[in-house]
Amino acid sequence: MSTTHAATTSSGERPAPAVRRAGGSAPASGFSRTARRRSDRFVLAGLVLFALYSVFPVWWLIVAATKNQTGLYQTNGLWFSGMHLGANLRQLFSYDGGVFLRWVGNSFLYAGVGSLGGTLVAMAAGYGLARFDFPGKGTVFAFVVGSFLVPTAMLTLPLYLLFSKIGLVDTPWAVLLPCFVNPFSVYLAKVYTESAVPWEVLEAARLDGAGELRIFFSIVLRMMSTGGATVFLLAFVGTWNSFFLPLTMLRGEQNWTLTLGLYDWTGKRLESGVDLTSLVLTGSLLSIIPLAVMMIAMRRYWRSGVAMGSLK
Amino acid sequence: MIRSVRWKGAGFTAPFLIGFVFLFLVPIGYAIWQSLFLEQQSGLGLGGTTTQFVGLRNYGHGFTDSDFLGSVWRVFLFACVQVPVLLTISLLMALLLDSVTARAAARFRPILLVPYMIPGIVAAIVWVNLYSPLVGPLTPLGKALGFSWNFFAPAMVWPSIGNLLTWHGIGYQMLILYAALQAVPRELFDAAHVDGASELRLALSIKIPAVRPALVLTGMLSIIGMLQIFNEPMLFRHVTPQTVTAGFTPIMVIYNEAFNAGDYDYAAALSVILAAILGVASYLFYRFTSREIA
Repeated sequence: MSTTHAATTSSGERPAPAVRRAGGSAPASGFSRTARRRSDRFVLAGLVLFALYSVFPVWWLIVAATKNQTGLYQTNGLWFSGMHLGANLRQLFSYDGGVFLRWVGNSFLYAGVGSLGGTLVAMAAGYGLARFDFPGKGTVFAFVVGSFLVPTAMLTLPLYLLFSKIGLVDTPWAVLLPCFVNPFSVYLAKVYTESAVPWEVLEAARLDGAGELRIFFSIVLRMMSTGGATVFLLAFVGTWNSFFLPLTMLRGEQNWTLTLGLYDWTGKRLESGVDLTSLVLTGSLLSIIPLAVMMIAMRRYWRSGVAMGSLK
Repeated sequence: MIRSVRWKGAGFTAPFLIGFVFLFLVPIGYAIWQSLFLEQQSGLGLGGTTTQFVGLRNYGHGFTDSDFLGSVWRVFLFACVQVPVLLTISLLMALLLDSVTARAAARFRPILLVPYMIPGIVAAIVWVNLYSPLVGPLTPLGKALGFSWNFFAPAMVWPSIGNLLTWHGIGYQMLILYAALQAVPRELFDAAHVDGASELRLALSIKIPAVRPALVLTGMLSIIGMLQIFNEPMLFRHVTPQTVTAGFTPIMVIYNEAFNAGDYDYAAALSVILAAILGVASYLFYRFTSREIA
């Protein structure tokens, strides 16, 4: 891939001085236009290579999910051999008393409820930080940004001990509660409020005698629906993918998430000699679908979120 | 009225603040407190355990623990290679995407973002199987080309993990850099073209300086993330426990001390040390890069 780049640049660079000498500020001559076209072709080739690199592992996963165990081990991984997706799914859903479906449900519960609660808390906090002045506001914001630096292990291990003292370990709450308090969501919500909720609207509503809560719920939340969707989506993806927190907090497999379950099944081959590779791969493919559907449906939001979170 | 409005503003922030105190400040304080104690078996191990204040002894132990220091060094070296590679490839991707027509870019972008939609553990599962000599297509491919590579050999584990992280991460990084590139006024490019600047010259003199702040930020976040790497090595450990040891990365050492050795106090001390290392690393990175900008 890097050689393509080198080729692009050397072929694109050479004609340039000639142009400058010949024409000064004249627009591109015929010679540099062919050079431009050649460099365009290299750019396109580079993009195609990157696209292949991005897609081929997923393609392999799709193909692998349609094979039975023998096909998986004995046929070319990049092409189909027999259609066993139905059988794989049946086996996946019935293995170990259908525990896989339970994990799917848990993942939806933690990611859905956790992100919804977390988004609401973050929107309120972001609005409070962006549109009010109160003592200690600067400190609160410093804490929000400073917490990005705290390693997850430093939070999760003491949290595990605290939760185990009050009997929350191995319950859904152990995963849900940390989702409700997300400093990055608060940071995003503050940035969005600053750009989407004008002071004048709030003042007008106050003059009309609207209460602060009513202003928040019926005006501010509505004006920030785009920002809210972004915060929700990013939190959902984060929770759906989270691994360290559930691994630490959840002992019994009944409460596990999809990622935790798939991780455990991967280790079964060396641990107990049970080869679940075919199930793991089919399950992996399924675990991508909700995320892919959601990200494609809401792509407008997370793109703006990524740009916002990184540039502001 | 103003005064009451002020406190109402604090009220909106209150749910988050209460949660923050209990889920961030209290655990951090508890970790620091705990790191000053040591749990010891009393007598002959029959009378249960006692917890004793030992001051900074856990820290002294941590700073001379070759397992922990070795894991920090291992991950630090990895980050020194991985972060520049990741950023260079993403920057190259963003530059390529930025130099084609808007229609072509719109067609390529979703494809380049496919890996970003895959959960981290699932990405690791997919690549572990691609690397696998039993089911993966890479081993037969290597044989056809005359290589006999083993992706799980001790010397290959980090490159294997690095490739997995690159594959998984470039889409997101590319998106950030691409957004920064798109924010550069197009007239600048036209002016440079009229002056006869080549695409490479344009990239080096205008585009890369323009995305520099975004590069610094993503670089810093990547370093913080790399030093805490845990998920991918844990999954690799399920496949090659001989190569990926229990103390392969700092977080794995901490996890192991807490949940396998049961030494929470020592694990707490190590996590405080790791937090300090992260803080110093980010500060140095920030100082280093922002001085270069100015």
